[in-house]
Amino acid sequence: MRYAILCYSCEDAIGSWTLEEERLVMGRLAAVEGKLMREGRLGPTARLLPTTSATTLRKSRKTVVLDGPYAETKEQLLGFYLVDCNGLEQAIETAIELAAANPCGGAYEIRPVDIMSLNLPRTPLP
Amino acid sequence: MSDIGWIDAALTSARPQAVGALLRYFRDLDTAEEAFQDACLRALKSWPQNGPPRDPAAWLILVGRNSGIDAARRRNKQTELPDEAAISDLEDAETDMAERLDGAHYRDDILRLLFICCHRDLPATQQIAVALRIVSGLSVRQIARAFLVGESAMEQRITRAKGRIAKAGGGFENPTPDERAARLTAVAAMIYLVFNEGYSAAGGDEAERRAPLCDEAIRLARLLLRLFPSDPEIMGLTALMLLQHARVAARFDAEGLAILLADQDRSLWNARHIAEGLALIDKAIRHRTPGPYQVQAAIAALHARAARAEDTDWAQIDLLYATLEVLTPSPVVTLNRAVAVSKVAGPEAALEMIEPLAPRLAGYFHYFGLKGALLKQLGRNGEARTAFDQAISLANTAAEAAHIRLHLDQLTEGADRV
Repeated sequence: MRYAILCYSCEDAIGSWTLEEERLVMGRLAAVEGKLMREGRLGPTARLLPTTSATTLRKSRKTVVLDGPYAETKEQLLGFYLVDCNGLEQAIETAIELAAANPCGGAYEIRPVDIMSLNLPRTPLP
Repeated sequence: MSDIGWIDAALTSARPQAVGALLRYFRDLDTAEEAFQDACLRALKSWPQNGPPRDPAAWLILVGRNSGIDAARRRNKQTELPDEAAISDLEDAETDMAERLDGAHYRDDILRLLFICCHRDLPATQQIAVALRIVSGLSVRQIARAFLVGESAMEQRITRAKGRIAKAGGGFENPTPDERAARLTAVAAMIYLVFNEGYSAAGGDEAERRAPLCDEAIRLARLLLRLFPSDPEIMGLTALMLLQHARVAARFDAEGLAILLADQDRSLWNARHIAEGLALIDKAIRHRTPGPYQVQAAIAALHARAARAEDTDWAQIDLLYATLEVLTPSPVVTLNRAVAVSKVAGPEAALEMIEPLAPRLAGYFHYFGLKGALLKQLGRNGEARTAFDQAISLANTAAEAAHIRLHLDQLTEGADRV
């Protein structure tokens, strides 16, 4: 079974880290990731840019583009896409295509990716 | 990270909301700050033992409010303070209540706290110092270090400024939409002042001491953008500062002399800051309501997108400066536009453009620097030398003068070759 581990935290507090604190935490995370990689278990990882850079596409009857991250709590995170886009406009167009294919309510949060590594786990898919 | 490191970051990030809410309760800055200080001391004792609260800001507001009320009571008669453990036990029920009460005010509390620092009677340097003290919670020592003044002088400056703020009073009613927009504009300008105080530092030790001001301004801008997520000018301001600050590692050489944009090692630019800045500009442009910060950010974005200096899209930069000339007409904007024009249409056209600025920029170093450089490109070396000499006499820093001397040396070398 493959698991996605989604990272939630207080952005404000993390934004207040000093450079040393940031390096310390990233170093410790890199150690864990290194171990997972040696075990052939690590898949793609990504760090996202701050939520201030996010745009949200609401899938109502007519799609609505809103500034800011997805903020409702009555819906749950069910999956994600990683798509290469030449800018926000293309990212929104892509999300609109997806919304047309699956118009059953909800939203897509469109957030630029900061750092990404595309590892492939060695363990075969079940 | 140690416990203290985590708690420190949590306290810093909760500060604007917590002090903002306490200011609304007590309507007095000193009382609000003392109450927050007290809450922080209690947090340092309580959080390592009981673990961090779910919402640090709500915890600090609740504890700070109790402590502020107690302090007021104690001034009248000696009464016991409740101990932290009891407060922590109450946390869940009361925090929820405090959260609901304060959630609605969150935005205006922070905006008010930022806004009182931009009081129009306060000169720019005082606005910056007060904002760093009250909103960011930097110590007087840290601020004094950034401003290269003594601690006691800075202490006095801040005390005087806070006195003026207290005397002015008011601003506690819920702002109307118009007032809110006006506050937002003033606060954005103040944040950009904080940034420029850090960004305009000369190289070497001074730049190192002041760099934290740039980080702090960016942190405040992100905070403001979370409060007003649809404001394209706040997006523009945040993007502008990110894109400028991205170059920090490439701006000075080992001796602390400034390196011109064209000569900077672009591999030293901070790719993460650039990515975030570009993403924000992308968002802002969708609103189709250009403003000065957005246009300046769009110009910075064009520089950031160019892998090499010669890849810079000067034609687009020329157009953006033309827009900026309409939005905020100023001879300095025209002077900057002339740089783009010289790349697109040649030095002659640029020279023609800046000639009429002479009376207004007669005391401006960069005017004569650019004029000299344009004349030099045209091979009018005698006139170039005159302009460069004027520039040196107007230079504000040793680094500026050194740059012009490089030009003069090149003129001399050229003369030798001929």
